[in-house]
Amino acid sequence: MAKKILLDNIDVPGLASFEVYKQLGGYSAVEKALKNLTPDQVTGEVTKSGLRGRGGAGFPTGMKWGFIDKKSGNPRYFVCNFDESEPGTFKDRHIGQLNPHLLIEGMILGSYALGARTSYIYIRGELFYVLKIIEKAIAEAYKNGLLGNNILGTGYSLDLYCQPGGGAYICGEETALLESLEGKRGNPRIKPPFPAVVGLYGCPTVVNNVETIATIPWIINNGYEAYSSIGIGNSKGTKLISACGHINKPGVYEIELGLPIEEFIYSDEYCGGIRNGNKLKAVVAGGSSVPILPAELILRTATGEPRLMSYESLSEGGFQSGSMLGSGGFIVMDHTTCIVKNLLTFARFYHHESCGQCSPCREGTGWMEKILHRIESGNGSMKDIDLLVNISKHIEGNTICPLGDAAAWPVASAIRHFRAEFEEHVKLQKCPF
Amino acid sequence: MPLLKLTIDNIEVEVEPGTTIMNAARKIGGHVVPPAMCYYSKLEGSGGKCRTCLVKVSQGSFKDNRPMPKLVASCRTLVQDGMVVQNTTSPEVIENRRAITEFLLLNHPLDCPVCDQAGECHLQDLSYQNGLEETNTDEARRTFAPIDIGNLIKLHMNRCILCYRCVMVADQITDSRVHGVLGRGDHSEISTLIKKAVDNDFSGNMIDVCPVGALTDKTFRFKSRVWFTRPFDAHRKCTKCSGKTVLWMKGEEILRVTGRKDKYGELEEFICNDCRFVYKQPKDWEIEGPRKIERHSVISQNHYEKLDNEENEDKIEA
Ligand SMILES: Cc1cc2nc3c(=O)[nH]c(=O)nc-3n(C[C@H](O)[C@H](O)[C@H](O)COP(=O)(O)O)c2cc1C
Ligand code: SF4
Ligand code: SF4
Ligand code: FES
Repeated sequence: MAKKILLDNIDVPGLASFEVYKQLGGYSAVEKALKNLTPDQVTGEVTKSGLRGRGGAGFPTGMKWGFIDKKSGNPRYFVCNFDESEPGTFKDRHIGQLNPHLLIEGMILGSYALGARTSYIYIRGELFYVLKIIEKAIAEAYKNGLLGNNILGTGYSLDLYCQPGGGAYICGEETALLESLEGKRGNPRIKPPFPAVVGLYGCPTVVNNVETIATIPWIINNGYEAYSSIGIGNSKGTKLISACGHINKPGVYEIELGLPIEEFIYSDEYCGGIRNGNKLKAVVAGGSSVPILPAELILRTATGEPRLMSYESLSEGGFQSGSMLGSGGFIVMDHTTCIVKNLLTFARFYHHESCGQCSPCREGTGWMEKILHRIESGNGSMKDIDLLVNISKHIEGNTICPLGDAAAWPVASAIRHFRAEFEEHVKLQKCPF
Repeated sequence: MPLLKLTIDNIEVEVEPGTTIMNAARKIGGHVVPPAMCYYSKLEGSGGKCRTCLVKVSQGSFKDNRPMPKLVASCRTLVQDGMVVQNTTSPEVIENRRAITEFLLLNHPLDCPVCDQAGECHLQDLSYQNGLEETNTDEARRTFAPIDIGNLIKLHMNRCILCYRCVMVADQITDSRVHGVLGRGDHSEISTLIKKAVDNDFSGNMIDVCPVGALTDKTFRFKSRVWFTRPFDAHRKCTKCSGKTVLWMKGEEILRVTGRKDKYGELEEFICNDCRFVYKQPKDWEIEGPRKIERHSVISQNHYEKLDNEENEDKIEA
């Protein structure tokens, strides 16, 4: 069995309650850190563990914490990004719903390390039932002296709030999240300045993903060496993967980074193979924003090495033949899947979710959706296929936030790897599936 | 602090630390100035949105001579010492600017023949300079009905490029903002909540900052094409603003009053609604003389101002 850090006790009944969590050793990391470690030591542990952000970009967490401006004299904030709304990604919800105290414990540790006195969990508005669970857990933590004034008699004080989001995917982009948290329209900010210098209410702020934060208690309890001994290369530790699509066992799995993708798809411990014994056609490995890969390139890299679940291996080959680990939303498609139709669904999503601030994304996302709709419904032309490539090229890299890229990459990669299928739609003047 | 050195299209210039590439380019002037559809130097936080001002930074600084990986918005990127910037000398910039112009036109109704802004529209200028011979007309455009936002301003949402300037004007120079951006993406719109009227002493400046014909002056609507009117600098004693304006006249009649705009189309000073909408008689004003319009579109063709030839040739080619 692979090492479990996040989902170790996930099946224990009543885990969401303070008593059960505490009985299983919960909040021991808070006790250890607040009583025996300085904030910088906590940051040091996280830095040395090699933990990378699990929200999609994979930025080293300790390094991000190190950027926070401690000299400005302004209050500092620690914010949890629980806006999880990327198609195919549903791992954070799993933690929030079943193990909310783990997230709270991570929030306390992060806040302590950064010197934050007020922290927020910004949760996707649609996850209202999870918000209720978290709020209950926060109340329990207050009652047991783990939040509020003078936590465990250590002199450290922290208030933690859970704020429901306004129901927009873009509010998961960290600066849009901060705008929304301030009560404004959730438009991404233009960077620099970065949140570590000018964040929430203009104060230094760190935003981390739920999974990133939930990993911290284990690192503090077990030490950075234990954590960095798991994984491969610069991909340390474990990762939650939300697997969905045409597999026998969809669900949230915790894997050790470095697991061969072939094993993840076909072993009974994980996805359990493709439904009905069908043939694997393609995988979107890290949530809808990352490039799609055809079966041969998801199982093996272009040079024939087995493809692994790791930041490095998944991106090997660049965009020509690789993809990204992203947020860990693993979408599997069998041979009955129409790639054009799948892409249309993604394109519709990005069109719907673009905040509309910058022109390439605002106009380009809608344009791509219209063209894809035309091709899928049998009215497309060969010119349309090149036009799509062209539009995606002019969105990519030209926008304020990465949503533009996230809309462009799926289009570019689907045409790169499955051009014949687009052409077939045009030739037949209908969907061949 | 010592000045920072940079080159833009091989022209060297020195600027204060904290200057953006855009403003460094404006210091040089001429063809090195990237087009700006959303940046407005008088509005804090403006810029970064339209992406027409993207430039290539082929050397980051003396210290770090690597190129920047992506094109950057010149209006929001600060100059570093030793920066090498390419505007029109970069084929990549030209290509992407054309693409962005096409994006901006994609949902634009192209109703210039019936638009009051025609002749002084920055989108027209931009498409003359960067547009393609053909624009894409395959796709259905988003459409909105024109609405009144208050009794002085007409909003044609179809023409809006969502530059956010009018929102920032309302935020920054009026007491309270009652309009804003509703919705998301290409379905977002400038509007007031539940048909509230925009009504304050400085609301008319929204019209002046709008780069297109989305916000127009209801007191001037359809009275004349702008190039048939003659602009005069004029002033009056005003208790609310500087009283310095431009009168747009036909014969003895004042058809329209606006603020004074510089060569980038930016207001020199914001003016109040009394000056703009109320005082429309020549006797209300002290007329100073003809106004030189330093713009390259048809509005410059007013008949008493011969354009400086050299500069003009340069602009026509660009
Ligand atoms: C359009 C968009 C949506 C995003 N949505 C989320 C999200 O739902 N959850 C999340 O943790 N990060 C999301 N991110 C990434 C965040 O901007 C940010 O990188 C992340 O929260 C940082 O946390 P980490 O360092 O722990 O990964 C999104 C980014 C973009 C551009
Ligand atoms: S890329 Fe899209 S979502 Fe991001 S700021 Fe621009 S318009 Fe908004
Ligand atoms: S109405 Fe005009 S000023 Fe306002 S956002 Fe639209 S284009 Fe910009
Ligand atoms: S002027 Fe710079 S992005 Fe619009």
